[in-house]
Amino acid sequence: MKAVYGLYEDRQAAQQAVNRLRAAGVNDRDITVMSSQPMEDVEFGHMGGKTWMWWIACGGGLLGMATAFGLAWLTETSWPINVGGLPTFAWWPNLIIIFELTMLGAILATVVTLVVSARLGRSSTIYDPAVSDGLILVGVEETSDARVRELQDALGAVRGEIKVVA
Amino acid sequence: MSQPAHARINVDLLRPLLRTSWRFYFLVAALGSIVLTALVSWLSQAFFGFGVTGIRWPVYWGFYVTNFVFWIGISHAGTLISAILRLVDAGWRRPVTRCAEVITVFALMIGAMFPIIHLGRPWLAFWLFPYPSERLIWPNFRSPLVWDFFAINTYLTGSVLFLVLPMIPDFAVVRDKATGVRKTIYTYLACGWRGTPRQWHRLETAMQIMAIGIVPVAVSVHTIVSFDFSMAPVPMWQSTIFGPYFVVGAIFSGIAGLLIAMAVLRKVLHLQDYLHPVHFQNLGKLLLVMALLWGYFVFNERLVTYYGNGPSEMAVFWRTQRESFAPMYWTMVICNFVLPLVLMGIRYFRTITGCVIASLGVVVGMWLERFLIIVPSLGHKYLPYSYGIYRPQPVEIIIAIATFAAMMLLYVLFAKLVPIISIWELKAGRASASLAEAVGEGGDARPVARGEANL
Repeated sequence: MKAVYGLYEDRQAAQQAVNRLRAAGVNDRDITVMSSQPMEDVEFGHMGGKTWMWWIACGGGLLGMATAFGLAWLTETSWPINVGGLPTFAWWPNLIIIFELTMLGAILATVVTLVVSARLGRSSTIYDPAVSDGLILVGVEETSDARVRELQDALGAVRGEIKVVA
Repeated sequence: MSQPAHARINVDLLRPLLRTSWRFYFLVAALGSIVLTALVSWLSQAFFGFGVTGIRWPVYWGFYVTNFVFWIGISHAGTLISAILRLVDAGWRRPVTRCAEVITVFALMIGAMFPIIHLGRPWLAFWLFPYPSERLIWPNFRSPLVWDFFAINTYLTGSVLFLVLPMIPDFAVVRDKATGVRKTIYTYLACGWRGTPRQWHRLETAMQIMAIGIVPVAVSVHTIVSFDFSMAPVPMWQSTIFGPYFVVGAIFSGIAGLLIAMAVLRKVLHLQDYLHPVHFQNLGKLLLVMALLWGYFVFNERLVTYYGNGPSEMAVFWRTQRESFAPMYWTMVICNFVLPLVLMGIRYFRTITGCVIASLGVVVGMWLERFLIIVPSLGHKYLPYSYGIYRPQPVEIIIAIATFAAMMLLYVLFAKLVPIISIWELKAGRASASLAEAVGEGGDARPVARGEANL
């Protein structure tokens, strides 16, 4: 596996590089862009922007709610204690437990979704520490030498530093 | 934002991580020895029994519960304030959020220790947990102490995640700049972060969701802590106002704690270019608002008790206002109301020094407030047989002092291991500001679109 990438100083140049890769027939999902901060004001900053995270968080919340209800109901009916004449399964105090575990479920579901969908913990052929200094990396992982040269030309048409990873 | 500006932010904010002076070791040794002393005191309490403390019938809650409520209150500085500022997209929040979130996590950890410190047999603390006991003694879900367990643990989990997630991109910066063992450690901590648009988008979405979730959780935590009091038939405790009163007090003390931490960090880590006077002024205004709200709640509480004219309530009322607890009560009023009102209300005094003085006053005042809620009421309940006095003993005083040392120690260690200001958020903020400036000057700052400049 070979990879070719360019390092660009500003977001306009990076956007041009992305557009040139597209013009060279590279799909969006094969283009790698890296930056040291979110780039919401440019088009490439929205690549891969669709997510089910909100819905999954809601699902996690519902799961937490069901767990809290089950826990409270099971434990209270297993060992019924008379507390100040309250019913064995008293809704008012149990709502507190239900609320807390609902929120905990939503928070944990959000974090799990982030880890999975942001592909944290996975290695990549392309990376350059210069990204931390503010440069924007635009690149592609490719197998054939001829194609790498072609992409090198496409990226090189925009002012920036071009690198090939063997 | 230009590349040199990026590099300068990296250098400035990574300096405390990559260079260590003798002052760091001295501070850690000094604070660590105080914490160690407290640990020995606590072990002696566990060995000799609870008799070494001043806690005895009828005042079962003393310094320990005061500290518990105080630190849970301080914890409201960070995550809650940070979440609200994130939701309203306040640009000035960027250098402040991490300083604040760290306070939440450490204050919660310290606060959550006190129910265990307060146990005569701390090795049985797990009896509080909802687990299938073989003796079929389940935790009682109708007890506010069990609600505490759920609320504090939810808030602690949420706050830790809210703090840690935005640290991942900064760990990646440290990974790229460090060498040797440090590089290996930060490579693991960075979790393979590369900064792709997908990763940024997911991180920001997750932070939005968590910000929405954490605000009601934070409010619930201190409301539930207030239920520990208001559910009990004790004079001046059974009040419907206790929930919001505690929440306001918590945010109040939290902001004060945050202002002190920011001022110290600014001075010690030379962060003058990042923590500007405007950050202190804005938080100072919030402190002023909370001082007014606190005054409103105290007035409400006092007026209703005064008109109710219940004999037990009035006994506690007068104990705090003109009898044995009066010096503490009026110190509290001066620290929590008069001082912030003067220093934060008059623009001339709303400087960094003014903010720190007002905040120190508020921290002292809020600790006194917690103490005055607990001890005078417990020492003078409804019937004369339940009257008593409380005299804190050395073990309690040492542990109370050590909590402040523990907070400082944790903060110092954190600032040594993690950039105390979020690097990527700061860069994003400055980039947005540059973009807005370019638009203001009529420059070409329009978003670049797909297909544009293809040729």
